[in-house]
Amino acid sequence: MIEENQRRDWIGLLARAPATRVKALWDELGVAPEFSWLRRPEIGGVMVRGRMGGTGAPFNLGEMTVTRCSVRLSCGTAGHGYVQGRDQRKAEIAALCDALLQTQGAAQVHQGILTPLTHEMARARQDRAEKAAATKVDFFTLVRGED
Amino acid sequence: MEAISLDGGFADAPIDAAHAFRAVLNAMARPGVVETIGGAQPPAPLSPAAGSVLLTLCDPEAPVHLAGASDTPAVRDWLAFHTGAPVSTPETAMFALGRWEDLLPLDRFAIGTPEYPDRSATLIVEVPGFDTGQPARLTGPGIADAVDFTLPAIEMFQRNSVLFPLGLDFIFAAGNQVAALPRTSKVEAL
Repeated sequence: MIEENQRRDWIGLLARAPATRVKALWDELGVAPEFSWLRRPEIGGVMVRGRMGGTGAPFNLGEMTVTRCSVRLSCGTAGHGYVQGRDQRKAEIAALCDALLQTQGAAQVHQGILTPLTHEMARARQDRAEKAAATKVDFFTLVRGED
Repeated sequence: MEAISLDGGFADAPIDAAHAFRAVLNAMARPGVVETIGGAQPPAPLSPAAGSVLLTLCDPEAPVHLAGASDTPAVRDWLAFHTGAPVSTPETAMFALGRWEDLLPLDRFAIGTPEYPDRSATLIVEVPGFDTGQPARLTGPGIADAVDFTLPAIEMFQRNSVLFPLGLDFIFAAGNQVAALPRTSKVEAL
């Protein structure tokens, strides 16, 4: 049985990852499972909501474009793909990965797609954080001589 | 979620939904005329016609009441996956689905308000066929002279049409066919 958190993690990773990398890794992996559509790729908008500081009242942050689709492999496993943007091919790959990760072929997909994507995303995040950190300004007050 | 609930949606959603919508529109515009509808394969006990109507008309902002035998986990899951429509009580429902006996009493459903007569429920009634029930003669908008039709009851529809401009609208579904009875039609027993 797959942990719910694990599945949430990989669906989230595939949703955020850049489309070009997902497609490149999928082509490298070279698997072409037989599947049927449960829901063909469709493009829509979702309202992203946030909470200030994680605990405040919820507010609408803004809308974003999402593409979703659902597939069923010939073995009967269903997979769902919800991805950023309007790339239908990426949504299809995400749904196929989700389905394959619930089957015997999980290890192959883990190694071929999830692991490299996780590393790349972590590196991109770190690069961005470092760039921001380099321009950080610390304000501090010396003795003001008031007391 | 059961695997069966993921199947049975429109194969080509934009085209199939447009065809189904046209069938419902024609049925509503010409009360008592039977139209063919299809495309959806809902889980039992829903008929393909009722399933196609639900897929076409329901969305996350249109609460659906599942009455009696139609309220099964498989139907709820199917509705959630394909339409996102919430399942609600009769009082807040915009659509209600079930056999005639299960939908009674009708006064539980919203009939709209004088300012907003459109805030009323549409009842999708599963009927065994369009030749069983009580024979009735319909007159009113959308009917040239009069049309003969069979209804599961007479008096309740007469009372409903008196409420105009408020009132309920009915869609009858059997197999892959639909017919409709809007609140504007006058019903006479034959």
